[in-house]
Amino acid sequence: MATFIICASILTAGSLFAQTPTPTMPPMKPELEARLRKLETELRCLVCQNQTLADSPAGLAGDLRREIRLLAESGKDNEEIKLHLKARYGDFVLYKPSVESKTWLLWFGPFVLLAGGAIITWRVTRRKIVAPVAGTEISTDERQRASKLLDE
Amino acid sequence: MSETTTSNKNPGRAWRFALPLAIFFALVWFMWKGLSLNPRELPSALINKPVPVFSLPQLHDNTKMLSGADMKGKVWLLNVWGSWCVSCRYEHPVLNALAKKGVVPIVGFNWKDRPEDAKGWLVKFGDPYAFSVSDLEGRVAIDLGVYGAPETFIIDKAGMIRYKHAGPISEELMNETLVPLIQGLNKA
Repeated sequence: MATFIICASILTAGSLFAQTPTPTMPPMKPELEARLRKLETELRCLVCQNQTLADSPAGLAGDLRREIRLLAESGKDNEEIKLHLKARYGDFVLYKPSVESKTWLLWFGPFVLLAGGAIITWRVTRRKIVAPVAGTEISTDERQRASKLLDE
Repeated sequence: MSETTTSNKNPGRAWRFALPLAIFFALVWFMWKGLSLNPRELPSALINKPVPVFSLPQLHDNTKMLSGADMKGKVWLLNVWGSWCVSCRYEHPVLNALAKKGVVPIVGFNWKDRPEDAKGWLVKFGDPYAFSVSDLEGRVAIDLGVYGAPETFIIDKAGMIRYKHAGPISEELMNETLVPLIQGLNKA
């Protein structure tokens, strides 16, 4: 909701958005509509940058939805449509970044950190269990004294 | 026994202090760096790529077309704008000044605007453009990766995009970045 308000306020300010509306198009087949609706949730609106293309009220999002539809109707599959937009707007347009050498840290970094934490935790706890606490061992001399005291 | 002698005896002990400290400073550095970045500014996917093939009607005479190929052999500047765009008004005097210098032909890319509004705007604020084209539906704008106005591209003689700036051009940017870049590309 908050992002919607922010977007709407930028929209009314009109500094970033085009005024001529996206031309309306004839209704599409339900299966295509469902497919595109899902695809639009995987793409980012470049204007309201934390919204998906499906949710954004921005003018550019409308243009991009139309572009996606035209591409789909010309026979392009979802991957091809994503590549088409990526070539123009860069990786940013994808909500889920692709797995490449430059995104390895992003994808696997958290798991590496988690594994590192687990190793440290394991080593610390194991040391505590195994290592005898200094000064807890008693000599035979002390043992004799203790039993003597207990006997009394 | 003092603290220093124990840590000298056991080098692992020094690490136990130094490592978290190093991690802490690394984090501070990244966070500090993050403050100076503009998260809204996107790197263009089109830098050092050819300008997309387009053919658009000219604003002042929509029976005439202009394409990227018409500009081949010249270094040129493409400026995306609209009469609905507030920052474009702020930028406009800088473009007028740039046109006066005569270092580069400026092509105005009127984005999703009513042609009559656009023409009225140019009469009122001055027309720095050698050519103006209008993209009523915004399809070429998508090919250019435009996500807001104003945006400015510099294209070299071979038709490659060499520079892109999103947002209004300031006088400083014009003098310190654009003009030297254009002069360099003209010499090349």
